[in-house]
Amino acid sequence: MAATPDLSVRIGSLTLRNPVMAASGCFGYGVEYAGLIDLSSLGALVTKGLFLKEREGHPAPRIVETPAGMLNAIGLQGIGARRFVAELLPELVARRATVIVNVCGTTVEEYAEVSRILSDAEGVHGIELNISCPNIKEGGIQFGCSLAGTHDVVSAVRKATRLPIIPKLTPNVTDVASFARAAEEGGADAVSLVNTFLAMVLDVETRRPKISNGLGGLSGPAIRPIAVRMVYECHQTVRIPIIGMGGIASARDAIEFMIAGAAAIQVGTANFVYPLIWGKLLAGIEDYLVRHRHARVSEVVGTVLTGHPVAP
Amino acid sequence: MPIDVEAEVVANTPLSSEYNVLVLAAGDIASAAEPGQFVMVKARSGHDPLLRRPFSVFELLGDRGLEQRPERRTRFSLLNKRAGVSTGLLYDARVGERVACLGPLGRPFSLVEPPTHAWLVAGGVGLAPFAVLAERLRARGVAVTLFYGARRASELFYLDFFEALGVRLVLTTEDGSRGEAGRIIAPLDRELGQVQSGSRPFVYACGPEGMLAAAAAVAMKHGCRSEVSVERIMGCGLGGCYSCVVPLRGEDGRPHHVRSCIAGPVLDGARILWD
Repeated sequence: MAATPDLSVRIGSLTLRNPVMAASGCFGYGVEYAGLIDLSSLGALVTKGLFLKEREGHPAPRIVETPAGMLNAIGLQGIGARRFVAELLPELVARRATVIVNVCGTTVEEYAEVSRILSDAEGVHGIELNISCPNIKEGGIQFGCSLAGTHDVVSAVRKATRLPIIPKLTPNVTDVASFARAAEEGGADAVSLVNTFLAMVLDVETRRPKISNGLGGLSGPAIRPIAVRMVYECHQTVRIPIIGMGGIASARDAIEFMIAGAAAIQVGTANFVYPLIWGKLLAGIEDYLVRHRHARVSEVVGTVLTGHPVAP
Repeated sequence: MPIDVEAEVVANTPLSSEYNVLVLAAGDIASAAEPGQFVMVKARSGHDPLLRRPFSVFELLGDRGLEQRPERRTRFSLLNKRAGVSTGLLYDARVGERVACLGPLGRPFSLVEPPTHAWLVAGGVGLAPFAVLAERLRARGVAVTLFYGARRASELFYLDFFEALGVRLVLTTEDGSRGEAGRIIAPLDRELGQVQSGSRPFVYACGPEGMLAAAAAVAMKHGCRSEVSVERIMGCGLGGCYSCVVPLRGEDGRPHHVRSCIAGPVLDGARILWD
C-alpha cells in the first residue's frame, strides 16, 4: 500500500496541515461552523473581513443567484477587529483552528492598525489583506486596482506585523500578474486570488438591480475558468505561493487550480451549498495524488503541460 | 446540530396549479425539528440552480401520518409554492427522486402556555410553519385561532386539518370567494380590539413582509407580544454568508443587521425595523 501523501503547505513561516481553506466572506467567523465540522481539519479558515470598527453593511437583498453562480453585495458587515479578538477568537483557539483573518481598511493606516491588533492576539496565524472587495465605497478595491496602492498597503502592513501576509487580489484588472508582483515586492508572503468579478443582475420587469447595492461580486462555478487562467498567469510571474479560488466545488476543481499554480486553494460559494464538503475534498485530493504517484501535494503545483491537447 | 441528507421523495400531492405538499423521508430531521424551524433544500444536484432554498417544516410525520412523538417520526413535508426554478422543480418532483436537505435550522417559535391564547396569522404560503405550531400548542391545551388569508378560496389549504385540531378559523380572501373579502390584517385588528386587557393573545405571524410588518404593528398597538417568521433571500442557512439580514432594534436602540437564519427566522415582531 502506498504511503499517505504529504498534504502540508508552507505559506511564509506558516505550515498548513493541508491545502484546503475556507474562503473569506463565505464562512462567517468560523464559529458558525464549529458545531457542524471539525475546524481543525481545515488547512485554514479565513474570517469575514474586519475593519477597525463595526459595520452594518448593505440592506437586503444582498445576493441573487445567477447561472452556476451568485452575485453578492454584503457590504462587509462586521464586528470590528477588537470584538473579534475578544469574543470569537477564543473559541477558534479552543477548537485548534488555523485562523487567517481577512483585514480591511479605508486607509493604509487602518490596514496596519487592524493588523497590529491581530498580531498581538493569541491564535491568529496569518493576515489576508482585503484589497479587492468590489462592494464598498472606500477602501478595498481602490487599493487593489492600483499597483502603487497594492504595494503601499502591503509594505505598511509588513512593518506592522510578523504574521504571514496574503494580499487577496481582485480579478477586476487587465493584468492581474502585475498586481501579484507589486504585492511580492511589497513584502507579501503569498497572494490569494480571485476575489469576485464586479457584475450586475437586473429585474427586466421593474428595470431595477436585483440587489440593493446595484452592483455586486460574481462568484461560483461560473467564474472558475477565468480564475484558473489568472492563477496560471500569476504563477508565471511571482515566486511566492499562490492561494487559488473561484468556483471550486470538487476535488477535481481544486486540483485544476493547483496544476495552474496554486499551492493551496479556498472554497467559498460551494460551502454555502455543501457545508460538509471538506472531507470529500481532502479525500479526493489525496486520491488524485495516489493515482498520479505523488508523494506530496506540492509536486502538483504549476505543472501545466502545453502543446496540443491529446485526443482521449 | 443540523443533519445533511439526500431525502427520498415519498409523496407529492398537488393542492392547486401552484401549490403542492412534498413529503420527504428524513427521519433524523423530522425527529429534531421544532415549530418554526426550516430546512435548506437543494432541488436538484449540479450547479443550476446552485443554491439551496429555505423551507419551513410543514408537517412532522410517521409512517402512518402525523406523528407527535419525535422518535417515531420518519418524514416531514414542505408546503411549496411554485415561483422560480427551484420551487418549480419541487412542484414537479417525482416519488423516488432524492432531494438534498439540511436541517433543522434556525430559532423556533416560543410556545405559550394556557391560559394565554395563541393567534396565528398566515398569508398564502406563510401557512407553512403553523401546522406543526398549532399541533404543539393544542397538545399543551392552548386555545388557538388561525387568521388565514389567501387570494381566493381554492388557495386556502388544510382547513380540515386545523379544524380537527380544534383551531378556530378566521378566513379572508382577496376576491371574497371565502370568508371576509380583503386582507387578513383587518379582522386581526378588529378582534384584537375586542379582547379584554387581561387576556391578550400572543400573536404569531408568517407571510409576505408587508403582512408581517402590519401584523407586528397591530399586535403592538393592542399591547400584544408577537413573533414573526421572516423569509429573506438566504445563501447558506448557517450564518456563513450574511445575506439574509433583517434590521433589528438593538439594546442601544439603534438598528443592527441580524442574520435571519441563525437569529431567526422567528424574530420578536416589536424589534424589527422594516426596511
